Amino acid sequence: MNAPNKSGWKPEMSLAESGFLGGPVTTTGNRGLMLEEPLLFEIGRADVTGVDLPDVDPAAPTRLGGLARSEAIGLVGLTEPETVRHYTRLSRQNYGIDLGFFPLGSCTMKHNPRLNEKMARLPGFADIHPLAPQSSVQGALEVVHQLGHWLCKLTGMPAVAMSPKAGAHGELCGILAIRAAHEARGDAREVVLVPESAHGTNPATAAFAGYRVEDIPATPEGRVDVAALKARLGPDVAGVMITNPNTCGLFEKDFREIADAVHAAGGYVYCDGANFNAIVGKVRPGDLGVDAMHINLHKTFSTPHGGGGPGSGPVVLSEALAPYAPLPFIRKDAEGSFYLVEEENREERGPSFGRMTAFHGQMGMFTRALTYMLSHGADGLKQVAEDAVLNANYILRSMEDILHAPFGASGPCMHEALFGDKDFTNGLSTLDVAKGLIDEGYHPMTVYFPLVVHGAMLVEPTETESKAAIDQFITAFRAVTERALEGDEALKQAPYYSPRRRLDETGAARKPKLAYEG
Amino acid sequence: MRYLPLTDTDRQAMLAKIGAASVDDLFVDVPEVARLDGPIRGLPMHASEMAVERHMKALAAKNLVAGEVPFFLGAGAYRHHVPASVDTIIQRGEFLTAYTPYQPEIAQGTLQMLFEFQTQVARLYGCAVANASLYDGSTACWEAVAMATRVTKRKRAVLSGALHPHYAQVVKTMAHFTGDEIADALPAITAEPDLDGLIARIDEETACVVVQYPDILGRISDLTPVAEAAHAKGALLVVVNTEPVALGAIMSPGEMGADIVVGEGQSLGVGLQFGGPYLGLFAVRDPKHVRQMPGRLCGETTDAEGKRGFVLTLSTREQHIRREKATSNICTNSGLCALAFSVHMTLLGERGLRELAAENHRLACLAADRLAKVPGVEVLNTAFFNEFTLMLGGKPAREIIRDLADRGVLGGVSLGRLYPGVEALEHALLVAVTETTTEDDIERLAQELEASIKETV
Repeated sequence: MNAPNKSGWKPEMSLAESGFLGGPVTTTGNRGLMLEEPLLFEIGRADVTGVDLPDVDPAAPTRLGGLARSEAIGLVGLTEPETVRHYTRLSRQNYGIDLGFFPLGSCTMKHNPRLNEKMARLPGFADIHPLAPQSSVQGALEVVHQLGHWLCKLTGMPAVAMSPKAGAHGELCGILAIRAAHEARGDAREVVLVPESAHGTNPATAAFAGYRVEDIPATPEGRVDVAALKARLGPDVAGVMITNPNTCGLFEKDFREIADAVHAAGGYVYCDGANFNAIVGKVRPGDLGVDAMHINLHKTFSTPHGGGGPGSGPVVLSEALAPYAPLPFIRKDAEGSFYLVEEENREERGPSFGRMTAFHGQMGMFTRALTYMLSHGADGLKQVAEDAVLNANYILRSMEDILHAPFGASGPCMHEALFGDKDFTNGLSTLDVAKGLIDEGYHPMTVYFPLVVHGAMLVEPTETESKAAIDQFITAFRAVTERALEGDEALKQAPYYSPRRRLDETGAARKPKLAYEG
Repeated sequence: MRYLPLTDTDRQAMLAKIGAASVDDLFVDVPEVARLDGPIRGLPMHASEMAVERHMKALAAKNLVAGEVPFFLGAGAYRHHVPASVDTIIQRGEFLTAYTPYQPEIAQGTLQMLFEFQTQVARLYGCAVANASLYDGSTACWEAVAMATRVTKRKRAVLSGALHPHYAQVVKTMAHFTGDEIADALPAITAEPDLDGLIARIDEETACVVVQYPDILGRISDLTPVAEAAHAKGALLVVVNTEPVALGAIMSPGEMGADIVVGEGQSLGVGLQFGGPYLGLFAVRDPKHVRQMPGRLCGETTDAEGKRGFVLTLSTREQHIRREKATSNICTNSGLCALAFSVHMTLLGERGLRELAAENHRLACLAADRLAKVPGVEVLNTAFFNEFTLMLGGKPAREIIRDLADRGVLGGVSLGRLYPGVEALEHALLVAVTETTTEDDIERLAQELEASIKETV
C-alpha cells in the first residue's frame, strides 16, 4: 500500500529542493535501489549456458537431411545466477497489482489469488498433452465442463464456447456464430452496429469477419442512443455489439428494449462482457436478451494479466447461436465420461462454424478461474460485484467536486468512474495527471478512452482494495488534479521518480528499432 | 471472504459519502426484470483454500500425468524440461500482475524483456523482426495468411498437405468469413514431402504458400525451391514451425527464403498445459513488411533525459487506434508465456539450444532405430528432427494408442486422431522424442507396441 508521503516533499518544490537531483552522480547510473540493467545481448555470451546438457559430439550421425545448421543463430546465454538477477532487476522496473493500487479502467486489475497459481501447476493439469487419449485426461475435460457450467449459471445462458484464447478472440467467436446463423438461413446481412464508445476490438472484429461497421451515437447521459439504434435497424443489419456495463461505466438500462428491437429486425445481440465483473452474481445477461457474450477470465475471474496476456475469452451463447459454436467442445456421455466433439463427430458437431485454435482453449486459465469461482462461491461473487461498484461510486463522489465527471449526474456508476480534463489550465491534459500519479506511486487510470469524453480518465478500483488504500489514492488524485487545474508547469515534465522519464514514442515509430543490432 | 478487504463499517461509511441507503441503490439502473433476489441458485457458496484445493486435486488426480509414464506425444505440443528458475521468475508479482505496458515509464521490465524476446525469436527464425507474440501457433498461422493477402492484394492461399491439420482447420474457418480462397490437401504418406507437387499448385493468384517445417509427419526438407517458386509468381512463402528446439539443429526458415515465419513457442518455458495458454511466434524476413504485421511490437527509444528505454510502437496498425481498419483485432498477446520462453532461451543460449537440439535428435534416432525393429513396424521418414512417423503394417494406429494408454504408455499421436475418416492415414503413428525421454522409455514403448500390435486385429 502507498503510505502518505512523509518525506517532506511538496509538489511545489523544485527537483533540487526536493533533493532528488541534488545527490551525487553515480558511476553505475544506479540510484540506490533503482537499478539499471543492460540488455541481455550486452551481457550474454554465445558459449555460456545455464542448462547442463551433454556436449555435442560433432561426429555423431544425424538424419537431418543435409539441413544441419552451419551458421550461428546469434543467441546468447547466461548462467542461472545471472539469469535470475537479470530478470529480477528488470521486474523491479515494472508496476504490478502486487505493488500497489492499479485503477486501470476497463482492465479490472484485481488481486490475483495465489491459490489459483498453485492449482494451475498441479502436474495433473500442467503436464498433460492436448492430444492425449481422452480416457487419460477425464479430470481435465471435467474442469472445462465445470467451468462452463459456472459460466452458464452466472450468465443465465444455455451454452458456452470455451476455446477462444482472449477477449478479442471471443468477440470473433461470437460474431462468427452470428454470421454462421444468418448464412444458415440464407440471409446475407452486411452491417454490424457498434456504439462509438466501444472498445476498438469491437469494430476491428466485425470488420475482420467481413462486416461493414456503422457507429451508433451516445446520448448526453453516456448511454446508447436507443432511438438512433432502432432507426438504423433493418434487413441489412446482422446485429449489434454493445458493452454492458458500458465503457462510460454505466449500465445500459434499455438493453432489454434494444435486444427485443434487434431480434424483431432479425438481428442478434453481441454483448462485450469485458465489464461483467460489475454485475457478476447480481445480473444475468441472459435475462437481458443477449445472444453471445465473451467473458474475460483475466478480468472478472482474476487470472493474471501477465504484462499483456495470456488471456482467455469463453463465449456464452443463446439457444439460437449455440449450434454454431466452434470446435472442439465437451460433452458428457450416458456413462458419465467426458469427450470432445471434434471434426469427426459429424452428427454432433452440427452446423458448428469450425475450429478457431489448434487445441481446446486456455486450460491454464480455466483451472485458475475455476479455483477463483469455487473460492468465492455464488455469495462471494455477488459481493465482488457489489464492492467493486461501491468502490467506484465512492471515488466518483469523492472527486466530482473538483474534477469534471461528464456523466456524474446520470446516476450511480457501475465498476468504474469516468472523468474528463476540460477544466485543466495552462495546456495541461489528462496525460499530465496520469504521469503525475506515477510520481505518487500509482499506476494511472485508463486515459483517452472511451473516445466520447474529452481527455477521458477511466478509474476502476476493483473490489480487492481496502477503504484505506482508496482514501489514500483519492488524496493523491485530488492533489494532482489540483495541480492540473492550477496549471502547474512542473506537471508537464512528470514523471520524475520512475525508472524512465517520458519516452519519445514519436521517434520510436518514425525510425523503428525492433530488435537488438550488434 | 479472504479476497475482499472492505468491512461492513467501511461499506456503511462509503454509502454515506455516496448518499445511498444501500448498495442495491447503486444498481438502480438494472431493469426490474433482471434483478436477482439473492445469490444465484444451483452454485455452491464460498469455500476455504483447503476445501478448494481438495476439489481441484481430486480433478487433477483423474489425469494420467505425462511425466509419470513413458511419453511420446508431439504433433504441435512437445514436452521439454523447463528449468526451475523459469517458473520462479514468471511468478514475480511485478511480471505476473502487470498489465500491457501502456505506461512505459513504469513498465520497462516488461518492455525490455519483450525487446529481448523479439530479438531472440527473429534470430531463431532467421528474420529481421518478430512481434511480441500472438495467442498460439495456429492463430499465428492464420494471421500470416491474412497478412500475405494484405501485402500481395491477392486472396488465395496454398496450404501444404503436411501442415498441421488443426492449423489448416483454423485457416479455413477464418477464410470462410473473409472470403479468401484456401487450397488445402491431405498429406501423402511418403518418405519425403512432395515439394514439386506443392510448387505446381502455386499460381499468379496465389498470395502465399504455407509450409510446415519440420512438417506434420516430422519430415524436413530444403524449402529454398518453394521460396523461389513462390517469389517467381509474386507470392510469399509462409513457414510454420511447431518445434522451436529443432531450429537449434537445422537451418532457419529465413535462411531458406521464407517471407513470414510463424510458429508455436510452447516447447520453451511454457509446458504442455493441455493445449493452452501457448505462445504464437510471428516474424518477417524483410523489414519493409513490418507495417503489415499483426500484434504488439516493442521498439527502442530514449526518454526525456536521453536514457535508452522501450515502448510499444507502430500502434497505428492496431485496433485501439485504427478500429475497423486495423491489421488485426488482436489486443492481448501472450506476454507471460513470452517471458517464460525468453527466460528459458536465455538459460540455454546459443550453446545450450544447440546441445538441447542435438540431444533431442540423438534420442530420436535411437528411438527410430529401436522401433523399426518391432515386427510389422516401419519408419517412414528419411529425415527428421525429434519426431517421425511409424507405419504400423495395416494396424489401426488410433486403437493401438488407446491400448498403449491402458498399458501405461502414452505412445504418440495417431494420424487417425488428426485426420479422422481418412483411410489412407489410419495406420500411421507420430512419435516424438525429447531430452525428457529415457532409453528405458524407448525400450518400454518398443515392447508394448510389439505386444499391442500382436493383440490388435
